[in-house]
Amino acid sequence: MSSSGMITMLVTEISITLITGIFFFKVLFGKPKPEPDSYSENDDVER
Amino acid sequence: MSNTSSAGWGSRVGLILAMAGNAVGLGNFLRFPVQAIENGGGAFIIPYLVCFLLMGIPLLFVEWSVGRFGGKSGHHSTPFILDSMDKRKLWKYIGVFGIFTNLAVAAYYCYLESWTLSYVWHSIADTFGGKSQGEVAGFFGSYVSLESIEPIIFWVVCLLLNTWILSRGLSGGVEKAAKIGMPLLLIFGAFLAYKAVTIQAGEHGAIFDGLKGLDFLWTPKFDTIWEPKVWLAAAGQIFFTLSIGMGSIQCYASYVRSKDDIALNAMSAGWMNGFVEVVLGSAILIPISVGYLGIDGLKDLISEGGGLGLGFKTLPYLFEQWGGVLGVAAGVAWFGLLFFAGITSSLAMGTPVMGFLQDEFGWKEKNAAWMFGFAVLLLGLPTVLFFNNGVFDEYDYWAGTVSLVLFAFVEIILFSWIFGIKKGWQEIITGADIKVPSIFKFIIKYITPIFLGWVFFASFPGIYDTLSHKGSNEKIAFYSDVNQISNKIEEQQKSLESKKDFLPEYLTKEYSDEKIEKNKELNVSTYLLVKKQRALLELVDNPTARKAKIADENKTKLFKNISRIFLLALWLGIAYMVYIASVKRKKEGRLA
Repeated sequence: MSSSGMITMLVTEISITLITGIFFFKVLFGKPKPEPDSYSENDDVER
Repeated sequence: MSNTSSAGWGSRVGLILAMAGNAVGLGNFLRFPVQAIENGGGAFIIPYLVCFLLMGIPLLFVEWSVGRFGGKSGHHSTPFILDSMDKRKLWKYIGVFGIFTNLAVAAYYCYLESWTLSYVWHSIADTFGGKSQGEVAGFFGSYVSLESIEPIIFWVVCLLLNTWILSRGLSGGVEKAAKIGMPLLLIFGAFLAYKAVTIQAGEHGAIFDGLKGLDFLWTPKFDTIWEPKVWLAAAGQIFFTLSIGMGSIQCYASYVRSKDDIALNAMSAGWMNGFVEVVLGSAILIPISVGYLGIDGLKDLISEGGGLGLGFKTLPYLFEQWGGVLGVAAGVAWFGLLFFAGITSSLAMGTPVMGFLQDEFGWKEKNAAWMFGFAVLLLGLPTVLFFNNGVFDEYDYWAGTVSLVLFAFVEIILFSWIFGIKKGWQEIITGADIKVPSIFKFIIKYITPIFLGWVFFASFPGIYDTLSHKGSNEKIAFYSDVNQISNKIEEQQKSLESKKDFLPEYLTKEYSDEKIEKNKELNVSTYLLVKKQRALLELVDNPTARKAKIADENKTKLFKNISRIFLLALWLGIAYMVYIASVKRKKEGRLA
């Protein structure tokens, strides 16, 4: 594989993977909002 | 009145996966890699990312916030979401596009989705085992020509599955499907990408390493970066890959409460789509195809049938070269991946239609889902029965291309200039779990509308050509003139002669179909040229065959015109329903 192709591919794919990972990390480990929120799984009582 | 008060998302991750599933479609795997190699290879990623930043992300912010804004007043479909943003009557009729597009796209998309389901079955049943490349391609031709009832059965099964999932509601149906489908898609994608990039020349019939395909796709041709067509292709790809301009993002977001985040959610779903497209999408189709067919073969097959042709006509044959269990597993993974990409998108097309029926006419969730399924069955029937007459492509062009761009263009004008960027920006940042850079305020107000306007107006020549049946008329002119056919044959002959060095000896002596098919080291490029030349040679001395070709093209034009009337009638029908709904609202004192 040519070095220019390899560099373009690696830089692009690593950047996109990292950015996606950072956003997902924030979603998964961010502080949850106080209830009532939009998500039924967080409800204290079942609907 | 609304029966959607109890409807909502079960979890934030579920919402993001459903939203990402909405965006991730077959185009991530079949369209993106082809666009990249046709538009500068690795250099394509520069306009692609610029368009993502200047058009994709702003539109994601806009559509998520528009949806959440409408949801506050209990609206879950674009006619009345847009109506709540400005008092002029016009907007609810612009919002008709947000229902029309979903219905019309679902009509042909569910058929495409059913092919993937059928091909999963045929991969398991080893239908493609021992077949030549021509026979595998022929299988697809027979399939879409409805030579058996099987395509109809798989299509109906696919529609029933979609309807059943939708009838179970957002958290119980759509979200669960996304939570199962998206991880499986990623696993299948990772497996295929690994197998593709580790293909070794000489093993299992491969003529090149899989890395050669990656090299071909990623090596940047920087001189192409100044070509407007490359930027237009990148803008188009970003547009269609994110499912913006459809009305489905607004519908999903309308179930998010006003104080909950949309900015981080939008980014997570948007970047996940980018990850699937760029990282996985680039590592499967092209490396496998180049490994077995070479770069010339790949280029010729793309010009024959694009990514769709490669995915359905060629890849099943190439997987067979891997042999036994691995071949079957690869087939199941590839078509399974496409199926999950498809169904998570088609489910998103159902929710705005259901939301409209529930909000405006008080329908129950289940009834609305079944009505959607029935409408898609009726609307999709012409695309199934008359696939070879261009009906499928016509739906795709008008509903899946033109309507999206038009709707998104008008929507961003409404958001930035009529609703007002000040209020709009507040909607975007309210409850945000990330700091949205304030530069996006400027981008959303000025840059994105200009970008979208450019994409919209640049598509005018294409719209004119399509409306005037330019392609069919050129074909008719070609078949009517023997000299044109002879000239084409001569041109092909020259091209064939230049390829002689690459041909097995017997292939140059007599172009026997049987020998070409049996040739293990098939030179696809030459094979396709020989096939084309033979088809034209048969036409030169056969006026009846030429007349039949012309009649076929005229039939295609007729079917395309009927499809247009059909789609227009659908749009007008939905507009009428919106009118009835607004009268009903007025009577009930529920004006937005």
